[in-house]
Amino acid sequence: MLEEVGLQDVEQLYMDVPESVRLKERLKIPRSTSEFEVRRYIESLLAKNRTASDMPCFLGAGCWNHHVPAAVDHVVGRSEFATSYTPYQAETSQGLLQALFEYQSMICELTEMEYANSSMYDWSTALGEAARMAARVTGRDELLIPQYTGPERVAALKTYTEPAGIRIVRIAQDSHTGQVIPEDLKRKITNRTAAVYVENPSFLGCYEIQVDLISDLAHSKRSLLIVGVDPISLGVVRPPGDYGADIVIGEGQPLGNHMNYGGPTLGIFACSESRLLRQMPGRIIGLTSTLDGKDVAYCMVHQTREQHIRRERATSNICTNEALCAVAAAVYLSLMGPAGLKRLCETIITKCHYAMRVLSRVDGVKAPLLDASHFKEFTLNFDYAGRSAAAIHSELLKKGIHGGKVLTEFPELGETALYCVTEVHSRRDIDALADALNEILRGR
Amino acid sequence: MSYRQARWIEPLIFEKSRPGVIGYMPPSPDLKEREIVGDPYDFLPSGMRRRRPPALPELSEGEVVRHYIRLSQQSFGVDSGAYPLGSCTMKYNPKVCDEIVCSPKIRDLHPLQDESLTQGILEVLYHLSNLLAEVTGMSRFSLQPAAGAHAEFTGALIIRAYHKVNGEGGKRDEMLIPDSAHGTNPASAAMAGFKTVTIPTEDSGCIDVDAVESAVNEHTAGLMLTNPNTLGIFEREILEVSETIHSAGGLLYYDGANMNAILGKTRPLEMGFDIVHLNLHKTFATPHGGGGPGAGPVGVVKRLEEYLPVPLVAYDGSRYYLDYDRPLSVGKIRGFYGNIAVLLRAYAYIISMGVEGLEAASELAVLNANYVARKLHRNGSYIIPFYPDSLVKHECVVSAGKIYRETGVRAWDISKRLLDYGIHSPTTYFPQIVDEALMIEPTETESLESLDRLVEAMIKVAGEAYSNPDLVKGAPYSTSVRRVDEAKASHPQTMCLSWRMKRTADQTSRRP
Repeated sequence: MLEEVGLQDVEQLYMDVPESVRLKERLKIPRSTSEFEVRRYIESLLAKNRTASDMPCFLGAGCWNHHVPAAVDHVVGRSEFATSYTPYQAETSQGLLQALFEYQSMICELTEMEYANSSMYDWSTALGEAARMAARVTGRDELLIPQYTGPERVAALKTYTEPAGIRIVRIAQDSHTGQVIPEDLKRKITNRTAAVYVENPSFLGCYEIQVDLISDLAHSKRSLLIVGVDPISLGVVRPPGDYGADIVIGEGQPLGNHMNYGGPTLGIFACSESRLLRQMPGRIIGLTSTLDGKDVAYCMVHQTREQHIRRERATSNICTNEALCAVAAAVYLSLMGPAGLKRLCETIITKCHYAMRVLSRVDGVKAPLLDASHFKEFTLNFDYAGRSAAAIHSELLKKGIHGGKVLTEFPELGETALYCVTEVHSRRDIDALADALNEILRGR
Repeated sequence: MSYRQARWIEPLIFEKSRPGVIGYMPPSPDLKEREIVGDPYDFLPSGMRRRRPPALPELSEGEVVRHYIRLSQQSFGVDSGAYPLGSCTMKYNPKVCDEIVCSPKIRDLHPLQDESLTQGILEVLYHLSNLLAEVTGMSRFSLQPAAGAHAEFTGALIIRAYHKVNGEGGKRDEMLIPDSAHGTNPASAAMAGFKTVTIPTEDSGCIDVDAVESAVNEHTAGLMLTNPNTLGIFEREILEVSETIHSAGGLLYYDGANMNAILGKTRPLEMGFDIVHLNLHKTFATPHGGGGPGAGPVGVVKRLEEYLPVPLVAYDGSRYYLDYDRPLSVGKIRGFYGNIAVLLRAYAYIISMGVEGLEAASELAVLNANYVARKLHRNGSYIIPFYPDSLVKHECVVSAGKIYRETGVRAWDISKRLLDYGIHSPTTYFPQIVDEALMIEPTETESLESLDRLVEAMIKVAGEAYSNPDLVKGAPYSTSVRRVDEAKASHPQTMCLSWRMKRTADQTSRRP
């Protein structure tokens, strides 16, 4: 081959690289290792982790432990999907395109929205993009968000919106009920408000029940309504399209994607009408036909919004997204169907309320702190436990139980943690948590 | 060279739905839980209850699996055949890396778990950061960005933060970007609030250094560049470029999409870059997933460390931890810490390959690209701009301009025809500065026989363009479907972006 290209040795392949930038020494990277050794070595490192399957773990807060049906992993492991790339050549990528079209379709059904893209990186970046999109559509520069929005999400939102000159304004939420305070929203919404953002269920796990009022208030000022969702809840909870959402975002990780220490995740992004569609970021797959009209076919559409065509005037820079996670979500939702998803929601609500019931029997514990209805997460308050939420968290860890996220970010909620219960938590896990709390607090 | 892709007449999964069928049975609450709680709907306010169930498909597990397996068979990955998609580095993805991430020790790990329980993964991430730092010469890496474009946005934010801290925030608002750059570069710079200034490519195929010199001024924030560039040519005057940018007070951003050409030979640090991203799904062999998940770690030189996104993985001599205490950081760029399953695969790849493996990978990638370039050049149907005056690095861009002018067959048609030979098309019409561009990146994992098949197919298609242009214009014939009507797909009157739109359209057309 070298002869074919007219060179004597491999080093000559780099003769166009000036000596002044050539490396003088070899990279300080260990020498190659056999497949067997690599596996044994990495497994030995990973063995140091103690996971949510090694101990009961009640964490949620943006990443949730749900069971992933075996068939999902089987399908996304198919290497025709896994080792392909963005389907630029539609004719040879029909299967992937159809799977992504089905994903978009399922997101539309779940959320009752007209259009969905084929994925964003995660919920927080979807929120950042939604804010920027709302600003572009309305020509305004403020976003109203609830006071108790997840801190990680808000941090990423700020990073995304700051360069676009979008101001983030907090709407107060009642610290007893978790509900948005409408008077505060009325006070803060102006003709600079690009959008009002609410989450359902909220970060603190309860439903925001005044959605119709919030929607009316937003639209009366010609602002958009952005709604963030946990897609699992939509098996039984009212979809945002039902109460006038213009943009719906959310975290698709619970739809058949493992937690994986927080990534990859799946940003959901949907919108309600065609004037918004033109400003939507991300890849969109459309159904069409072959040129000869004989077959149904799929391809990427509206690419003129995207960076590879529009460059600095694109709606977003997103290119590689989370396509395989979207395929996982499509398989997951197909397996579930409406009946499976409904049943899953019923199990989750039952287990979550069972947990609140038994935990509230522990002396010094309030479960939930908020006087509201909850889905799978709830606030556990220790104001009358005589110990800080953090101290109790450490005691639980010693007993082999991982408690929820300690909410240090919201001091007005007192000594509170955010707990999550899903179908993966057995009654034994929940009872063990209650027993452990009893022991810890009795031993004070 | 005969090839035939699977062709199923596979309806939408919604169309196969049968009411009442369920493919997966979620766990039920136990008796006591049910007894104590009662009706779950008592805890769902009536105003928040869904009135109509979502119209999701209803199928058995077997039917769902068959449907998606058929769809997978109508897809094309690196495991299906040669995939010389330029700038995307579609190399073979070693299976051991996929196997490692199936472990429950990673799958079932929650990102907010106590650090005492996540020492294993933190150690992996810490080691990986160090390896990437060594490969690039950068001083520290953030592993958080989910993709190359996400990384570019992060890098542009770092440039912005740096100038702001130096009291030049408002002033330095121009990002210099060559006309040959990936589209993500200007899009990312614009997202971070910069105006973009396009720098032309000169006759050698390299960035016009004089144009850089005349473009820099007190508004220059930085320059984004990939080296080798998207023509596959090494920017020989990179030190002059970096000197010009630095002396004007700007920073240099390295788009690492083309890093696969130079592992162990040169590094962004030696070339004068300040910020670097690497696409782990390209250079470090993680599967592209049909368009993600990928990973785009960002590394910086020492003086920019404090601007990296939070949290960083750190080590205090006895334990690994997530460091949030970084007041000058650009902040968070996503919810959690990165596409961990992708990062773990890349770590496994790097330690498998070792230093000599990585060097060999780049050498072979460059040799393969030059082999293809030489063979096509010798044939003469395709013009390779700037070749053979310059060697190419990991990829070569060929122009089908001559074929187009003489036969009316376009690069797009050639791409489609290549599919009939079981070869994925090169990147088409990019970079935009080359007429009828076909960008070929064979990667190191294609054998000599596979390269010969690719060259043979390209030459054969060029011949067909002359002997039977309609054959090429009508291609492909051997894929699951014939040529797709993309204009119809995007046309407002005919666009259909979901099952519900199709349902509505079908109902309307059925009406008398």
